[in-house]
Amino acid sequence: MNLAPKVPSGPLEEKWTRYRSTVKLVSPANKGNFTVIVVGTGLAGASAAATLADLGYNVLVFCFQDSARRAHSVAAQGGINAAKNYRNDGDSTMRLFSETVAGGDFRSREANVYRLAEISGGIIDQCVAQGVPFAREYSGYLANRSFGGSLVSRTFYCRGQTGQQLLLGAYSALCHQVTLGRVKVFARTEMLDLVVAGGRARGIVTRDLVTGRVEAHAADAVLLATGGYANVFFLSTNARGANATAIWRAYRRGAGFANPCFTQIHPTCIPQSGHYQSKLPLMSEALRNDGRVWVPKLKGDTRDPAEIPESERDYYLERMYPGYGNLAPRDIASRATKRVCDEGYGVGVSGRGVYLDLTGATARLGEDAVRERYGNLFEMYECITGEEPWKAPMRIYPAPHYTMGGLWVDYGLQSTIAGLFVLGEANFSDHGANRLGASALMQGLADGYFIIPYTLGEYFAGAILEKVSPADQKFTEAQKEVEDRVARLLSVQGRRTVDSFHRELGAVLWEHCGMSRDAAGLRAATGKIRALRGQFWEDVRVPGDAADLNQELEKAGRVADYLELGELMCRDALAREESCGCHFREEFQTTDGEAMRDDGRFCHVAVWEFAAEDREPARYVEPLTFEAVKPAERSYK
Amino acid sequence: MRLTLHIWRQRNRNDRGRFVKYEINDVSPDMSFLEMLDVLNQRLIEHGEEPVAFEHDCREGICGCCGMVINGVANGPEKGTTVCQLHLRHFRDGDVIYIEPWRSRAFPAIKDLVVDRSALDRIMQAGGFISVRAGSAPEANTVLIPKETAELAMDAAGCIGCGACVASCPNGAAALFVAAKISHLGLLPQGQPERHRRARAMVRQMDREGFGACSNHRECEAVCPKRISIRFIALANRDFLKESLAPSEATSGKAKNAKK
Repeated sequence: MNLAPKVPSGPLEEKWTRYRSTVKLVSPANKGNFTVIVVGTGLAGASAAATLADLGYNVLVFCFQDSARRAHSVAAQGGINAAKNYRNDGDSTMRLFSETVAGGDFRSREANVYRLAEISGGIIDQCVAQGVPFAREYSGYLANRSFGGSLVSRTFYCRGQTGQQLLLGAYSALCHQVTLGRVKVFARTEMLDLVVAGGRARGIVTRDLVTGRVEAHAADAVLLATGGYANVFFLSTNARGANATAIWRAYRRGAGFANPCFTQIHPTCIPQSGHYQSKLPLMSEALRNDGRVWVPKLKGDTRDPAEIPESERDYYLERMYPGYGNLAPRDIASRATKRVCDEGYGVGVSGRGVYLDLTGATARLGEDAVRERYGNLFEMYECITGEEPWKAPMRIYPAPHYTMGGLWVDYGLQSTIAGLFVLGEANFSDHGANRLGASALMQGLADGYFIIPYTLGEYFAGAILEKVSPADQKFTEAQKEVEDRVARLLSVQGRRTVDSFHRELGAVLWEHCGMSRDAAGLRAATGKIRALRGQFWEDVRVPGDAADLNQELEKAGRVADYLELGELMCRDALAREESCGCHFREEFQTTDGEAMRDDGRFCHVAVWEFAAEDREPARYVEPLTFEAVKPAERSYK
Repeated sequence: MRLTLHIWRQRNRNDRGRFVKYEINDVSPDMSFLEMLDVLNQRLIEHGEEPVAFEHDCREGICGCCGMVINGVANGPEKGTTVCQLHLRHFRDGDVIYIEPWRSRAFPAIKDLVVDRSALDRIMQAGGFISVRAGSAPEANTVLIPKETAELAMDAAGCIGCGACVASCPNGAAALFVAAKISHLGLLPQGQPERHRRARAMVRQMDREGFGACSNHRECEAVCPKRISIRFIALANRDFLKESLAPSEATSGKAKNAKK
C-alpha cells in the first residue's frame, strides 16, 4: 500500500503557499468537462460542493437526509477556532498549530496541521461574508470564548448553535450553485458502494431511499465527506442516521483505513437514563468555561448537591490538572471522570455521573449573561432531564462523540485510491489521537472551502481520464452487488431486530474499546463481534421490501458494516501497544495513571488494507516526523 | 405509563391512509416521544408488522427532521420544543394520543408520518443566500455589526426548517420560514446588496410551490420550536413590497435575463 504523504518541500510555514503557487491548474474553459461526485452535505461536503461548482466543475451531491441542510454538522454547538489573535492574548498560527499537535498527542501529520491553522482565519472571513451571525461585542467586533486544551481565547461562536449557522452558510452557498445549474442535489439517496475502474475512483452506487431504486453514477472524481463512525457504539452524541457505510465500502474497495481505534469520548454529555435510550445528547464543552466539575468527597453521597458544602466537594479536574483545570482536553477530562466514578464517587441513580456546576457562574455573572452564552444548552438540558441547571448543577458523563480515525489521505486529501478524496471527519484527520474542541468545524470548512479546490485541480490536471459510463461493466457489477446485498438483508427473516444487534455491538465496544482498553478485553471483544456478525446474517429480521421507504433496511445495511468496522477498531487498538490521546491501554500508563506514549515504536499512522472476506487485513504504517514541535509528554498540570 | 396511540398509517402517496390504534403499556415518563415510537416499532417488528415510518436524526432539536402533529398541534403540546425534545412526563398515564404527519398541499405524503419538504429547499435556492466566492471575503472585523443587530439576525437564523409553521397554518403558508431567512440576511450589512431581490425571489418561489398566503393567524409562531417571532414576517413583507412597487435595477435586470 503506497502511503506517500506527498508533503511539499520547504519550511513548514511556506509549504502550503508554495503548493498553491506551483500547483497545476485546470483551464477555466475545461473545468466544465469534469464531473465531481460529493457524498455528504455537512460542513466539508457542502462547502466543497459549492466551491467546486463556483470554480466551474459539474457537481453531483448526495445525502441521505431529506435536505442538505440537515447533515449532522448542524448539531455542533460550541464554536470554531481561528488563530485571529483578536484578544491580543498570545495567539498565532504557530500556537494554534502546536496546541493542536500536542492536543492530538503527537499522532498527526505536522504539515497538515500547520496548514489547518494557517487557513483558520480565512474561514471566519468567509463565514462572516456569507452572513453567519457570530456573537459580537457591544462595539460590533467579533466575540471569542475559550475552549478546552487551550490557554488563549480563539473560539468564534453563534450562541450554542455554531454548527447550525456555519452549515446554513455552506448550505446557502450550495443553494446558490443549484440555482446557477452547476450542482444537482440527490437528497434521500444513500451511497452503498464505490466504483473503481482503471485503478481510479470513477463513481458510486446509490439507493433512492423513497423508491428503493439502485443506480450507478459516473464521474471523474469522488469526494467522501460522510462524517465519522461514533454511532458504531449505538449510544453516542451523533445523529441517528450518521453512519460509516460510505467509508467502509470504500475501504473494502481498497482505500486504506487509518487509526480506526482513535475514537473520542466527549466528557460532557447527559447520562443515560434508561434501557430505551436512543442517544446521549452532548452539552457543549464551552460550558466548562464557566462551569466547574465536581463530585462529593464522600462515596455514595446522596444528598442534594446544594446541601453539600464547598469543603465536601472534590473539584477533581482542578485538583488533578491545576494548569488547565476544567479546561483540560477531552480525553483527559473523560478519563478522570471515569476514574472518579469507577472509584464510587459518581452521582445520580446509576452512579455514572458527575456534576457540572454553573450555579456559581450564574451568581457571579447574573442569569442574563449566562443565558446569553449558553441559553439553548440550558433549555435542552431542562427539556431532557426535567431539571433546571440555573438552580442545581447538571449531571454529565462521557459519551462517544467524534472519530479521529478514518480513511487515510495524503496532503492533497487523496486516499490510497486515485481520484477518491476524503474530507472532514471522514478522513483520518488532522487531530491525531485526540481532537481539541472547536476544531472539527474548522477542519471541515478548511478542507471544503480552501484545500480541495486546489488539490482536486492538481489531480485533474495531471491525470488522463478515460470516458466512463454507468453502463460499463465495473458499474453494472457494483450495482448488482448492491442489489444482491439488499436482497440478502431482506431474505434472512430471522427473529431479532436490527437495533438489538446494534445495541449489543455498542455495549461490547463501550466495554472493551471505549475509554480504556487492554489486550485481553480487546481479544475477547474481537471474538464476540465476530460471533455477533454471524448471528446477524442468520437471525436479523428486516420487515417490508426493497422498493419502498424502508427505514429498517437502511439501518440493517449500516449495522452490517458496523459489525465489520467494530472488529477492525479492536484489532487496531490491540496492535497499538501504547497509550496516546484517546487511546488508553491499561498496560501502558505512568504511575499516576497518565497515558504513556511509545514514540520509539508507535510514532506513526496505522493504516489497514482490506484483504478478503475471511482474510486478516494488513497493517501498514506512515511514519510521523516532527520538526517544528518536539514530541513531549503532554502536561496539563 | 400506559398510553393509547392513534397513528396515521399510509403506505405511500397513492394510499388513502388511516389511523391505526396501538396500546402501549410500559413506557417511562423519562422517555422522549420518539423513544416511545422506537419501543413501539421494535414491538411491531417482533410481531411481524411493519414499523411506523417517521423522520428523525439528531434527536437534540436542531436538525429539523422530526416534525409531526400530536393531538392536533404541530410538534405537540410543549411550547418551543421539537418532537425529539418532547418527553412523556408531559403526558398523563392513560392518555389517548393522535399522531399525524404534516398536512399541506406543498408537502406531499411519502409514507406514514414522512412527508416531502423539498419545497423549502427550492425556496432557499431561489434566493436564500449571499453570493460570495470562497477567497474573496474581506477580513472579518472590517465589517462591524452592532450586537443588537447580530442578536436579532441570530433570532431569525435559528430556524431549523422543520415546516411546523406550514403544518399549523390554516392557509398552509410558509411565511415564517421565508421571513426568517429574508430577515436574517436582510438585517446584516453583508446582506444589503441582494436584500430586495432576495425577498422577491423567495416570496415568488413560495407562491409557485403552492404555499398559501399569510393572514396573521399567528399559529406558526405558537408552534415554532425555535420561537421565531412573526415580527420577522412584517420585516420581510416590507422588503418584498418595496421591491414589488419599485424594483431595484439589479432585480429588473435579473428578471429580464430570467425571461430569456
